Amino acid sequence: MNEITEEFLKLVADYQEKFKGAFSIRENGQCIGFQSTENIRIEPKENGQGIDIYISSNTKGETVNIPACVTHGNVNDVVYNDFHVEDGADVIIVAGCGVHADNEGEAIHNGIHRFFLGKGSHVLYKEKHVGTGTEGNKRIDPVTSIVQEADSVMEMDTLQISGVDHTLRKTDAVLKERAKLIIHERILTDGKEEANTDFKVDLVGEDSGVDLISRSVAKDHSKQHYRSVISGNTRCTGHSECDAILVGNGAVSAAPELFAGDIDAALIHEAAIGKIAGEQILKLCTLGLTEEEAEAKIIEGFLKG
Amino acid sequence: MVTLEKIAWTSPDGDSILKGIDLTVKTGKLTVVTGPNGGGKTSLAKIMSGLVKPDSGRILLDGEDITDLSITERAKKGVAYAFQQPVRFKGLTVRDLLELAAGEKLAEERMCTLLGQVGLCARDYIDREVNASLSGGEIKRVEIATVLARKHMKLTIFDEPEAGIDLWSFAGLIDAFQELKEKAEGALLIISHQERILDIADEIVVIANGKVRVSGHKEVILPMLLADEKSGSCPLGKEMKR
Repeated sequence: MNEITEEFLKLVADYQEKFKGAFSIRENGQCIGFQSTENIRIEPKENGQGIDIYISSNTKGETVNIPACVTHGNVNDVVYNDFHVEDGADVIIVAGCGVHADNEGEAIHNGIHRFFLGKGSHVLYKEKHVGTGTEGNKRIDPVTSIVQEADSVMEMDTLQISGVDHTLRKTDAVLKERAKLIIHERILTDGKEEANTDFKVDLVGEDSGVDLISRSVAKDHSKQHYRSVISGNTRCTGHSECDAILVGNGAVSAAPELFAGDIDAALIHEAAIGKIAGEQILKLCTLGLTEEEAEAKIIEGFLKG
Repeated sequence: MVTLEKIAWTSPDGDSILKGIDLTVKTGKLTVVTGPNGGGKTSLAKIMSGLVKPDSGRILLDGEDITDLSITERAKKGVAYAFQQPVRFKGLTVRDLLELAAGEKLAEERMCTLLGQVGLCARDYIDREVNASLSGGEIKRVEIATVLARKHMKLTIFDEPEAGIDLWSFAGLIDAFQELKEKAEGALLIISHQERILDIADEIVVIANGKVRVSGHKEVILPMLLADEKSGSCPLGKEMKR
């Protein structure tokens, strides 16, 4: 493992010299170490292009770490990771990703993650993206594909705070009876970065539900595009909320789409884009903060929540 | 002590809101400003805390001219201001705001005291976001708590603290103001129409139509106000004689 990878692991995966439990570390397109546990089995795919992760029904609250790092330019890594979560399992999956380039060509990581959630299973999926280094295009295009069986719960928490020049994040999900999907997305872009997110959720099982919350901050000359399509073809609930703060010359477009194909499909969308409310800055100034400190605090809180 | 000299301000719409206010808020005393709606009370509070710049006149804080200082500079010199209409923040929690106000991390016990003073249980509130999920009364209490959390204040202003606070919690709030007064750390100014707040005042100032209509000791002013209340009109024509 090289030094940059080790730094990334601390940033994206709370790594402290080693991982506890199951893990698989990918560096510049190759697996550089993995470990299974009694309940979680990790098997590299035969073509070397990723891993299969089998999570048994006995898993209760275990964490799997699967960080991926690209530490120099001229690397275009594509990885296919499949998570097979058995009925009733309860697992935390941490998939940090770091890309680094210094004055070289493109550093690209495309993680294609497929989740198959068994009946009544619960997955907390944390995804953290960072980019470091000077020049060179850093690009992350993650694809997350989820199939949820009855009564399963998936919580997805994605975070990207600055440094990645270009992202196209695609997430699609199919939810069966009473399955619940909760997505929290937080993105901060600055400089000339561009971040695109594209959600597609199909609610096919009765009483399934999705809650999609996106909070983003676009600074400098960065651009963000948000698109979501929630389709309800049965009795179900869908809620999406897209809040964006603009700073400087940032630009955000939001295109939420709802499709209700059943009289009992209850779908809601909320979206708000704008600069920080002046009165918020004023309030924090009356507590002794400068305007710059107030703005930083408001953004920090906004992305934390 | 805070002294206002001939403060005048015209709103961006061109309406003359404050028409030459002279006022002294004494250290260790509670001054209650009252008067009809639209008379300029909130504008005056905003001018004192720096949210609004006066067109003319001076503001002196313990003799120092602070008229041209920013909101932040005034806050650092010891001016605290509880908004009449509190601001909501998506993401910032009650704990975040109280700690920003105090300028340091706060122990659980201190949070309990501060929120207890405004009738909230810390356990239920410290991790709540100060967003639209809080009711009008709850956010108002949090706003007051952020001002109580501040330290070494020379001037503390509360703009209609009673608005939205239920009758049952009101006594606690009165106690909190009494306590602030007894600490005698700085000057205390409350904008209010509530008789129970007027009753704990040392000085009462009536502002109407952009001017100080009458001011003086509570013992003198309050009976006048109450008498006028019975007669159903404001103390019109009782402009302060100088």
